[in-house]
Amino acid sequence: MALIELKHVVGGYGGAPILNGVNIAIEPHDIGVIVGPNGAGKSTTLKAIFGLLKVTGGTIEFGGENVANSLPDRLVPKGLSFVPQEKNVFTSMSVEENLEMGAFTRKDDFRATMAWVYEMFPVLAEKRRQPAGELSGGQRQMVAMGRALMSKPRLLMLDEPSAGLSPRYVIEIFETIVRVNKEGVGILMVEQNARQALAFASKGFVLASGQNRFTGTGPELIADPEVAKSFLGG
Amino acid sequence: MTELIFFINQVVISGAVLGCIYALGAVGITLVFGILRFAHFAHSELMTSGAFFAFLLAGAFAAWGITAPIPMGFVVLPIAMVISAIFALGIDKGFYAPLRKRGAKPVTLLIASIGVTLMVQGLIRLFFGAGSYSFFETETKDVFRVDLSAFGSTRPLVITEPQLLMIVVTALSVIALHLFLTRSRLGKAMRAMADNADLAQVSGINTALVVRVTWIIAGALGCMAGTMLALDVTLKPDLAFNIIIPIFAAAIVGGLGQAYGAIAGGLLIGFAESLAVFNWTMVLRPLNAILPEWLQLPATLAFVPTEYKLTVAFVILVVTLLVRPTGIFKGASS
Amino acid sequence: MIQRSLTLFAGLFALILVIGWVMGLPFTSSRLVEAAAYALIALGLNLQWGYGGLFNFGIMGFLMVGGFAVTFISYPVNPQFWGADGPWLLGRALLAFFAGALLVLAARQSHRAGITGKWKTVLTVIAWFVAYCIYRSQIDPAAAYIESDAGGKWVGGLGAHPVLGWLFGGVLAAAIAYFVGKISLGLRTDYLAIATIGISEIIRALIKNMDWLTRGTLTVSPIPWPVPLPDAYAGGGQPALLLARGGFLLLAIAVLAIAILLISRAYAGPWGRMMRAIRDNHIASASMGKNVTARQLEIFVFGSVLMGIGGAMLVSFVQIFDPSSYQPINHTFLIWVMVIVGGAGNNWGAVFGAVLIWLIWVISEPLAKAVFDVVSYWSSTAGWGAIPDIEARSAQMRVFVLGLVITIALRFAPKGLIPEVVRREG
Repeated sequence: MALIELKHVVGGYGGAPILNGVNIAIEPHDIGVIVGPNGAGKSTTLKAIFGLLKVTGGTIEFGGENVANSLPDRLVPKGLSFVPQEKNVFTSMSVEENLEMGAFTRKDDFRATMAWVYEMFPVLAEKRRQPAGELSGGQRQMVAMGRALMSKPRLLMLDEPSAGLSPRYVIEIFETIVRVNKEGVGILMVEQNARQALAFASKGFVLASGQNRFTGTGPELIADPEVAKSFLGG
Repeated sequence: MTELIFFINQVVISGAVLGCIYALGAVGITLVFGILRFAHFAHSELMTSGAFFAFLLAGAFAAWGITAPIPMGFVVLPIAMVISAIFALGIDKGFYAPLRKRGAKPVTLLIASIGVTLMVQGLIRLFFGAGSYSFFETETKDVFRVDLSAFGSTRPLVITEPQLLMIVVTALSVIALHLFLTRSRLGKAMRAMADNADLAQVSGINTALVVRVTWIIAGALGCMAGTMLALDVTLKPDLAFNIIIPIFAAAIVGGLGQAYGAIAGGLLIGFAESLAVFNWTMVLRPLNAILPEWLQLPATLAFVPTEYKLTVAFVILVVTLLVRPTGIFKGASS
Repeated sequence: MIQRSLTLFAGLFALILVIGWVMGLPFTSSRLVEAAAYALIALGLNLQWGYGGLFNFGIMGFLMVGGFAVTFISYPVNPQFWGADGPWLLGRALLAFFAGALLVLAARQSHRAGITGKWKTVLTVIAWFVAYCIYRSQIDPAAAYIESDAGGKWVGGLGAHPVLGWLFGGVLAAAIAYFVGKISLGLRTDYLAIATIGISEIIRALIKNMDWLTRGTLTVSPIPWPVPLPDAYAGGGQPALLLARGGFLLLAIAVLAIAILLISRAYAGPWGRMMRAIRDNHIASASMGKNVTARQLEIFVFGSVLMGIGGAMLVSFVQIFDPSSYQPINHTFLIWVMVIVGGAGNNWGAVFGAVLIWLIWVISEPLAKAVFDVVSYWSSTAGWGAIPDIEARSAQMRVFVLGLVITIALRFAPKGLIPEVVRREG
């Protein structure tokens, strides 16, 4: 059974729908990457899953139940986490407090998870007492991912994790994502660096005008001449 | 030495008392602003109604024959704070929550808070009239006079029992608030939501719960501030309405949304007001002996006349807004 | 839409008739004159908030300025002040003021002399302090002298026509609004609200305590009318009273009509189109090269002019200037309720709201008293005893009613009873 499955999802911010029937299915071991032109509804899809905009049609099944229009404080305990693209750290709070906020919904002892996050991002352990606002862009992205991992998600969603990062950090972030996936966390991400991301994606979705245009494994999509021509810049 | 004691009596003690009241009021305003993003004018009415709750409870306790070594106002304070917190929650549920649900802009909530101010004030006046009341109608206000003649002062250090308790209680509350905000899960969630409400929601923080906690703290601290003000002066329906702008000034000087800034701002405004109307001649009088005839000090030498005392806060407020709207302390959030 | 407005105005007219019938004509005629003045003030706020999106919580300050202006212009001359040393002392204080202002300006320009950064700030603060001391050293003895018997107690008026006083009220309000707007319009809404309330409190403190200029809490009366007083009509009694008030009402309505006409014409033209563009889309119009701040300052000043004139009219009508009678509830929040309930962005809405809310405000007290009387009668016949202090309690009811009205309006008619007509821009 799929970890998450979107069937014909329609939704938007109240006006004309932005999503016009999106289909996505991710297994627990998958890294799913959504690519597509600007305004295709990539980020909107993630927000729709996370209850941040109104879903008016279709179903979103997570762990076997329809979670369409559920709010984050119900989704996070179910094992769903989201890293927004911008403003994704609490700038006035320390790194450690940022991580604690990720574990807000957990009632159990989360120290082991925190140790795991520090192990994954050793630089954060060094700066645990520093306000997150003082960190560099790449380090902030790590804080944001760390915060999202603190709830021990089964599916981690990332909105353009590589945006605005230097090439060295882009590779580092992608490597971390693969590592997280190996630890048993499903990944669903939106990426502008389409070629680079599809290269390690087990599932790729090309969206345009709020609909699926192509679906396949990452390498398949890269190899498809039509996808390459229209969406990957030749 | 006499002059120094006079200065302490006139400026340090009265400034500290005023500062404590401003600080407690400003914390509520700044927390509400941080979480809900609107200037809550009706905070004055949380303070006034809190003082009246305490007043009614004190009267009831006295009627039941309960006596205490400290002023009754302080004995009943915890209960009054609970009632005020519930009252604040009720106001939010009745008046602000429906507007928020509709997606109303912060300015609409601001206007709504004026409506709440008028209604609560109208109700208080309806029940209590326009007159003033005192917590010390049946009990006496103890005054401590510390004889300092050993240090060469002809004046004693004067502080009333409520003033002393007020400073102690405020200090304890500030410590408790600090521990809450830095140690507890909910307190940290409050800071997180003030920092970045969208991300707080995405993190799974129960924002509705945080909003409730905010009102509970605002109501409770407002009640504390109002009761203290009533204990220091007298209790009347426009008790806090008259000082809501100095309290806003304290919150803005400290940077809206920042709890510690509000406390510092409150103390700053309190001391500034006391200092501005202080008659320097009383302290500088010994200089008359060495000053030439034509340069004798006038009978009053205050920076501003006493009738302009409250204006000091307004001027500080306006100057802060113009020079540094983010507050005099470096804003932590970008 | 038109039909709805007409129905509402017809209802308002019926309400006026009912009040006239129940409360009597002398009461009603007074309230109507006041309502006309409040309508003008509400128009001013509607300009600022409804059209310009500018938050002004300092209306009370502008009303006080208008009230002071008409008092100063129209009250008879005080020969005792002019005959004594007062004017000379005041002149010296004025010189001291300018000297201080010059000092501050010089300090602000000190970077030209090579003083920059922290030192300039220090120098500016010192300049402010010294300027303040210089001014105080001159104004304090002048004020003390004028307030003494020898100085004539206060400066008195100029003895000119009250309508000139109204105009001066507008001019003075404009000057203050220019200054206030210049320094504070860049602030975001909440801060602007608090800043304007702070400034209006400063104005109140000044007018209340500058006894030499305004007589402060001692109050000034009787202030002359712009139209003949009731005594001027032969026969006297109620007909004369009504005739005189009718004359005042006509004058007030004429001023109101001129204001509405001017605003409507301006708002229908290119100026109004620009205002709407600025209000609805701050950033886009700024990027279109429109000078947003200058336009906002304009509208803030225009709105304040109407408030100043309205404040002057109110003082003229009641013939007494009492600075301690000004309260934020009665003179700032009341106007806000008028505009919100009537309909921000619509002149007719503002006028309708002003008259309606003013009538509700003034009849709340007698109405509450009547209700209390009835309840008290029932409770005493039922053996629970009468309600104590009915008089005092009913007097406080209007504040509650005002709060209730605005709360209900925000909840169920957030755009007001006569909402803004959304125009399509070509």
